[in-house]
Amino acid sequence: MSGALAMRVRNMRLSGRIGLALVLFWLVLAVGGPALAPHPVGAFIDQEVFSGPGRTFWLGSDYLGRDVLSRVLWGSRYTVFLALGAALLAVLGGTSLALFSAIRGGWTDEILARAMDTLNSMPSKIFALVLVAAFGSSLTLLLLIAAFIYIPGNYRIARALAINLVAMDFVQVARARGEGAFHIARYEVLPNMIHPLLADTGLRFVFVVLLLSGLSFLGLGVQPPYADLGSLVRENISGLPMAAPAIIVPALAIASLTVGANLLIDALKPGGKA
Amino acid sequence: MTVELAPPPATGPSDASAAAVEVRGLSITVAQPDGTRRAIVENISFAVPRGEVLALIGESGSGKTTIALALMGFSRFGATIAADCLRVGDMDIAAMGQSALRGVRGSRIAYIAQSAAAAFNPSRTILSQVIEPLLVHGLAGREEARARAVALFRSLALPSPETIGDRYPHQVSGGQLQRLMAAMALITGPELVILDEPTTALDVTTQVEVLRAFKAAIAESGATAVYVSHDLAVVTQVSEHIVVLQNGRMVEQGDSARILTAPQSEYTRTLLAAARPAIRPTADAALDKVLTVDSIHAGYGRIVRGMPATPILADVGFTVRRGSTLGVIGESGSGKSTLARVIAGLLPAASGEVLLEGQPLPRAMAQRSREQLRRIQLVFQNADTALNPAQTVRDIIARPLAFYHGLKGAAAHARVDELLDLIRLPRALADRRSTELSGGQKQRVNLARALAAEPDVLLCDEVTSALDTVVGAAILDLIDELRRELGIATVFISHDISTVRAFCDEILVLYAGRAVERCPKAAFDGHSHHPYTRLLIDSVPDMDPTWLATRAAAAGPALAVSAIAPELCRFLPRCPVAIGGLCDSNPPPLHVDDGRAILCHRAGGPGDASR
Repeated sequence: MSGALAMRVRNMRLSGRIGLALVLFWLVLAVGGPALAPHPVGAFIDQEVFSGPGRTFWLGSDYLGRDVLSRVLWGSRYTVFLALGAALLAVLGGTSLALFSAIRGGWTDEILARAMDTLNSMPSKIFALVLVAAFGSSLTLLLLIAAFIYIPGNYRIARALAINLVAMDFVQVARARGEGAFHIARYEVLPNMIHPLLADTGLRFVFVVLLLSGLSFLGLGVQPPYADLGSLVRENISGLPMAAPAIIVPALAIASLTVGANLLIDALKPGGKA
Repeated sequence: MTVELAPPPATGPSDASAAAVEVRGLSITVAQPDGTRRAIVENISFAVPRGEVLALIGESGSGKTTIALALMGFSRFGATIAADCLRVGDMDIAAMGQSALRGVRGSRIAYIAQSAAAAFNPSRTILSQVIEPLLVHGLAGREEARARAVALFRSLALPSPETIGDRYPHQVSGGQLQRLMAAMALITGPELVILDEPTTALDVTTQVEVLRAFKAAIAESGATAVYVSHDLAVVTQVSEHIVVLQNGRMVEQGDSARILTAPQSEYTRTLLAAARPAIRPTADAALDKVLTVDSIHAGYGRIVRGMPATPILADVGFTVRRGSTLGVIGESGSGKSTLARVIAGLLPAASGEVLLEGQPLPRAMAQRSREQLRRIQLVFQNADTALNPAQTVRDIIARPLAFYHGLKGAAAHARVDELLDLIRLPRALADRRSTELSGGQKQRVNLARALAAEPDVLLCDEVTSALDTVVGAAILDLIDELRRELGIATVFISHDISTVRAFCDEILVLYAGRAVERCPKAAFDGHSHHPYTRLLIDSVPDMDPTWLATRAAAAGPALAVSAIAPELCRFLPRCPVAIGGLCDSNPPPLHVDDGRAILCHRAGGPGDASR
């Protein structure tokens, strides 16, 4: 199993390997970040604000004189795990509904598909703002809201894949055998759509990172003193004219995480592998 | 591959310079991942005298299309053409550049592809596409081009030649479209016409008309032709010379007549044998009727008073005994596959009954018990799509074992191995995915999955149609053997009457959803038939070069019928022996005598003129 995995990595294009390295890097930081952080997340440790990189503070200090490196290490945890969790939840929900819808067909499919289209037509940021305003902004709620917002998009893609597969002869064979809907969904249809679904999971992950960063930027995401990468960018926005690392580093962190995830996804597509 | 090649009699080197097409030492290679080159076609040499037809014949993968395309200087992506001589007329194809080749293609060398439906643009009229080669190469103005097209339509025996060009591709039949594509190819008066399986996708009755039109039009235009096909009997009708190919090598070449009467290589003999299926003995007639189908009406759309909105099958009934085979035959659209779906319950019948050992089955699959489902198994036509590409062969065969028989673990493993032995596939294939198998192997797995259920009735829907003749014959042998050993009643659906005739104990002929004839094999030869059955039999080409010429042109409709009432004979508009005042006013009576049933006014009576 691990041999096959190593084989796949070796066969990957260079861009895919770079993506994998970036994603692994951020995963490790997300898990071990707080342990590595030299200072507590909310500690004021510098007299100066927006200081540049130095020997004591590798990445300088932020607008309140806190250590940027520690802030980023803490922040990456929220961004990575919230986004990963929300993306997986969204795909789980969207794909389950899509399979149900495609296999049932008829009115079930019609009603579900139109309901999802309606949800899809709402701009995700505005929708998220409304939901946060209505339900508040705890971590759990953020996770659920982000997942809920991306269910319709995943449903759309998964349903399109599943509908084509359900019309295939081998599904007809399974139906003629008398198989139940669960078997058809789990064993006949799902294995044939796993690759595009993986790619979609990756895309959703990137979308959620951007959505959470956006929400945090507006002050509705993770609440102080904790901060995800998006809130770090927002709270240090006044450092922009000084080109302070306090704003550049979290921005670069978001960029490298999303770009890395995208490169990895592209390399995972069946056409992309060797 | 060291087969002694017969000296090509009419195409020897002496008069090769007079030949319109000359190929010597043609090889086509493709690059492999490790950088070496592999020959997909090797050392091909032949010559075609001006105005004659040469056939390239072989199974899929034999390189016949690759060679034909090389005559136009075209190789598929990644392939390279190399030849000592590749000459068409005075053109040295191998030495020509891309732009020179573009000027030649479609004007001096024309190509007729297998599927006309895919070759025509559906959003433009036929005429604009037929005259396109003339306009593109600047050979004629629009008016002259139009006149030439109409003349060609006439010589290809197309109906209303003046106006057919104004229609769109979907408004003409498949056979007409194929002839229109021939018009597109011949309009520039090419020196060489390449026909790539041009009749393979057509029904057998249509194929005859198209072949006849092609032959006449090619002879009239004086073009040299290369005809690519897998069907020896078809090739016999149109070509003077035959080149037999296997795995990209020439196995044999020579005059058509000589190849047919005195084949020299073992492979050619195998091909000839597979094309004339051996008649298998009738099964010992067990007495118990396993499957009875009683006056089924079925179709698509909403059912109102027992009749669906779009009726397909009307009043079809038959019985199949244990261990025997019923052959269902008809053209595309005759309702053959619908019949299989009705029996399997995938499409509930609107009225009528399906009985299994005398017990009526619920019409819809959802109401049938698991045991009832197990006892009737449907083998789908296309094994490429009927096997889940994400599963291994073992997964595929083990599923019905677990589902119907509760077999799991080691017992299931052993049983899958047994089934693989039964269908003669190596056990090592069990862990491969179906995408890694050949067409014949896939069809065997498809069959094994149905057999795993241990059914009483096996429904085979065109199971050999997508396979090469030799591979298909092996599958037929297998089914034949298994149904005798296991006592399975088989319903064998096919469009190929010679297969059905050789293979089945009883034959049911469907026309437009109605059973027009039912006949035991023993009584099939030497008896009168329904005019449609007669037409089917007469449309199967013989291995006789004179067959096409001697076969009388199919008589046009004897009666002018615009729309027929549903209760009248559905074959009436095409029937050459219809009786005016009777067939167009009264529904056809069913004549039954010694096990045969014919739905026709002519049958049985003294005026039996269906012969």
